[in-house]
Amino acid sequence: MTEVLTAEEAKKDAAYLTALKELIYQLADDDFLISFRGSEWLGLAPHIEEDVAFSSITQNTMGHAFMFYQLLEDLGEGEIDMLAHERHPSVRRNGIYLEKKNGEGNYLEEPYYDWALTVVRNFLYETFKKVKLEAITKSSYKPLANIAGKVLMEQPYHLAHWKIWMKQLLNSTEEARERIEARLNEAWEEFGDVLEYGTQATEIEHFGLIIGEDELKERWINEVSKTIENLPSTPIGKKYGSGREGEHTEDLDQALNTLSEVYMSDKEAIW
Amino acid sequence: MYNYLEYGSSGDSRGVVEDQEKYDQFMARIEAGEKIEADDWMPEDYRQGLIKLISMHGISEIMGALPEKEWTPKAPTLKRKLGIMAKVQDEMGHGQLLLRVAEDLMKPYGKDRGDIIEDMLSGDLKFHNVFHMPTKTWADAGMVGWLVDGAAIISQTNMLDASYGPYQRALQRICQEEVFHAQHGEAIIMALAEGTDYQREILQESLNRWWPSLLMFFGPASAETTGSSKQDIMIKYKIRKSSNEELRQAFLDKYLPRVFSLDLTVPDETVHYDEEKEQWVYQQPDWNEFKQIIKNKGPRSKERLRLREIAYENNRWVRQALAADKVGS
Repeated sequence: MTEVLTAEEAKKDAAYLTALKELIYQLADDDFLISFRGSEWLGLAPHIEEDVAFSSITQNTMGHAFMFYQLLEDLGEGEIDMLAHERHPSVRRNGIYLEKKNGEGNYLEEPYYDWALTVVRNFLYETFKKVKLEAITKSSYKPLANIAGKVLMEQPYHLAHWKIWMKQLLNSTEEARERIEARLNEAWEEFGDVLEYGTQATEIEHFGLIIGEDELKERWINEVSKTIENLPSTPIGKKYGSGREGEHTEDLDQALNTLSEVYMSDKEAIW
Repeated sequence: MYNYLEYGSSGDSRGVVEDQEKYDQFMARIEAGEKIEADDWMPEDYRQGLIKLISMHGISEIMGALPEKEWTPKAPTLKRKLGIMAKVQDEMGHGQLLLRVAEDLMKPYGKDRGDIIEDMLSGDLKFHNVFHMPTKTWADAGMVGWLVDGAAIISQTNMLDASYGPYQRALQRICQEEVFHAQHGEAIIMALAEGTDYQREILQESLNRWWPSLLMFFGPASAETTGSSKQDIMIKYKIRKSSNEELRQAFLDKYLPRVFSLDLTVPDETVHYDEEKEQWVYQQPDWNEFKQIIKNKGPRSKERLRLREIAYENNRWVRQALAADKVGS
């Protein structure tokens, strides 16, 4: 596959550009939504040390979203904060599992957030992110491959963090193990679309932007099973549809209404 | 961020001296500017005063994360989201640093962090007045960084040479970070001050609302106002240098000119600088209200404590799992 070195070059091939943007939207929106969920946890983590550590991860992850939105800005999609704050749910490309609320209540009142969900979700997601970005380091679009390389310099620490949590909670009390396993079974019903590339899947692979969906999924399962001995035996499902195709839940509406509240309060303003 | 001096009834400040010789040596060390360390002998009222001060400072950092946290997921741009997240994270980090210092002091009593958190939830341990107040707009996120942290820098700088070594070293680091926080807050404020009519409007409204709390921040001028104050003992033991009122004057000196230069006003028509006395004259805040606020009867006291209580109770299973200590490799 020919390498594409700049945004200007990418813009010359309409089909390439469409596939490329699709893939980057997925990367940006995934990181943005999961880091938004992380930001809601601030001050509420199980202990103070974790609050600090989790916040570092969340900041890094939102920083990654920033870099991906920057790539989209370079490709002519509009300004970064508009991309993050203004886009309609139907054009958001994050996996549905990543928009899921942290638990009952909300971060301002009665936040009955579930640490088991957070550990399972972040572990599965960071494992996925690792294999996806590793594949992207060989992408035909060099600016994206370079960003993937940069992100991979800090992302392994995030994954290591959640791996430790998984192991600790699976090997301590009965209650902790049951809570984690229940969330794992739930994830298995919902994680499916995260592993997909949506309507442009064929083109994304064809243009050498990343390896095919099946291979990515296989690598992910392989990585996940290094930490969890007994994975759920059922196939991975897409209970709520595909976020890659713009299908989303009310949880995304709640996320977008919150994260864009101030931004939307005065669109003329520079904040 | 934080702190004024403790009011409240508990704590032993009667100056009962257990061992005159040790006490004299202790005072001589303090007078000579030496630092007292965790394992050194110290008088009971020194230890108890420090536990009160530092655990209150620590939980104020942690409770102080909550008002700003209300605006963190809502911050209007990605850069602001990242900035305020880092800032709130710092506050939690300060809380952790300080609770570790307090825990060491509490060891002889067989108490630890769990006791501090439980004392806070039960209302025995107070947190700073400003963190009982509501936030209503994004401008409050800026105001907390700019003026509340600005006030905190003034009050903490006053203790940078504190006689207790572990606290003094923690403060060095905290103060350095607070300077960034104040700049972060100032950047938000500047954007609002130079912004649209709506932005200026929420900025002025925010300042009006925070003004009395900022005056209260340093605590009452004397014990007569609220019934008790530990200013004197803290000064005697060289924990701090200046009085509450001196700190408040330093705050007004530094920030009122800045407030006015941004074309903002404070909700006090009488405020002015008395050239002769070389001090600011201002309308006293309602100290009765202050007393109520720090008794956890402020506008948001219950809700903020409720958040911490839920986080504490709801994650109990996690702490139990960690304590089970059967961690795999």
